[in-house]
Amino acid sequence: MAGKQTAAARWGAEAALLPPVRAGGPMPWVIAIMIALTVIAAASGLSLRNAAHAASADLSGGLTVQIVHAAPAERDRQGLAAQRVLKQTPGVASVRLVPQGELDTLLEPWLGTRPGDGVEGLPIPALIDVALSGPATPARVESLRVALAAVAPAARVDAQAAWLAPVFGAIGALQWLAGGLIALLAVATAAAVLLAARNTLGTQRETIEIVHMLGGTDAQIARGVQRGVAVQAASGGVVGLALGIIGVFLLGRSFSALGSGLVASGGLHLTDWLMIALIPLAGVALAVLTARLTVLAALRRFL
Amino acid sequence: MSSQPAEITRFDNVGLRYGTDKEVLTDISFTLFPGTFYFLTGASGAGKTSLLKLLYLAQRPSRGLIRMFGTDSITLPREQLPLLRRRLGVVFQDFRLVPHLSVYDNIALPLRVSGYGEREIASAVGDMLDWVGLADRRDGRPATLSGGEQQRVAIARAVIARPDILVADEPTGNVDPEMALKLLRLFEALNRQGTTVVVATHDVHLIRHVAEPLIMRLDKGRLSDPTGALRYPPRPSASGNSGRAGS
Repeated sequence: MAGKQTAAARWGAEAALLPPVRAGGPMPWVIAIMIALTVIAAASGLSLRNAAHAASADLSGGLTVQIVHAAPAERDRQGLAAQRVLKQTPGVASVRLVPQGELDTLLEPWLGTRPGDGVEGLPIPALIDVALSGPATPARVESLRVALAAVAPAARVDAQAAWLAPVFGAIGALQWLAGGLIALLAVATAAAVLLAARNTLGTQRETIEIVHMLGGTDAQIARGVQRGVAVQAASGGVVGLALGIIGVFLLGRSFSALGSGLVASGGLHLTDWLMIALIPLAGVALAVLTARLTVLAALRRFL
Repeated sequence: MSSQPAEITRFDNVGLRYGTDKEVLTDISFTLFPGTFYFLTGASGAGKTSLLKLLYLAQRPSRGLIRMFGTDSITLPREQLPLLRRRLGVVFQDFRLVPHLSVYDNIALPLRVSGYGEREIASAVGDMLDWVGLADRRDGRPATLSGGEQQRVAIARAVIARPDILVADEPTGNVDPEMALKLLRLFEALNRQGTTVVVATHDVHLIRHVAEPLIMRLDKGRLSDPTGALRYPPRPSASGNSGRAGS
């Protein structure tokens, strides 16, 4: 044979074996919806991960010492003594006895009081905010507890990360949920493509038989179907990405209005957006692979 | 090619049944030799189309042996069937043109699946379009063509890759006598260039236009050999009455 097909010519020739993709069919819209939901699920998962990382980094070395004593004078005495001990303890980066005014402000939402309302008469614990130079491991917390016991027997030492452990647990569960949703959406996308590919084989059975009789291979026919699916998946993917990003922005605006520190730290980084931008490409790859495997499996029933 | 087998196709005691029905072909044994012109005749329902389906590898037999181009086509893995099929040209009784492709692309199809370059394809298809008189319909879709035009496209598609065996099922059924004769001359020209031609027809007038044809006659699914031999046609060495097969 004098001249073989170039790759581009082969692309065109094999794409023409089956009828061109019908514009306005349901496939691109199904894929667009799947991609949009995947983008939102992925953005949510990444945002939760970022929030958890930020909170974990902030709180990993944080400790709160509470002096729980009914007598304000004794409470204040033990608080000052504990502050002195903590400042002399190696590995403690900073120690801050929370002023009464700040405590009043913290309690305001719970007690319905205003700063200066004289709530000092209530048995409110003194709080000491401690930052360790490293993570607050259980061993370090225990050693501080022992060190404080002598000068401030009413002291309770708690790692701040421990308070948020249930929150981290819930965030982890939500991340798994987002991952599970993405997996389910991938399965649903593959199922939609499988049905579409089978439908194509059903409607084009006559053409496929002719191509076979003329010496066409299963791979040539599969590539013809793949290209149709790739075009539909790509168009659906672009629309889905746009819809998903709009959804993510709207959700981001709603959550940022909450004004919570944890939420504010859950913003998406550039790498996160790049990962999200890859979702349509992954969708196209999944659709093309599903179409290929479906067609090749079905063609084995042909002679 | 010096490695060309002495027999291009061989059927041994081939039987075919569809599902659990009784056999539509029974004990079919024949040999096709390179460069020979065969007519397959028989009444409607005698099994001509079924036999041709076995010949162009659209069907596996229920029993028996089939060798094509020196290869056992029954046990051949299906992945290798396309290579055998590319050596065959088929004119289907119902044309079987690809509806979404133009006349040009239908005729080009065998070359495209074989991986020919577009320049070669354009040249070959152009020649074919001129030959079958459809150059002005090259962009038309099959649905816009008359029966005769569709048949000419089907024939052009079957012969464009210069197959080793051309199988034609009633190829002149939808064309006028003048075009029928013209098609027959094309088949003869291909035959002279070494293509084995098998034409299924019930048109006895057509047969008379071919010099020394070999005639296989099917009767109720069996080959009725006019020579009385068990194998049709008789081996060239065993009989001088084998047309060009032995020449």
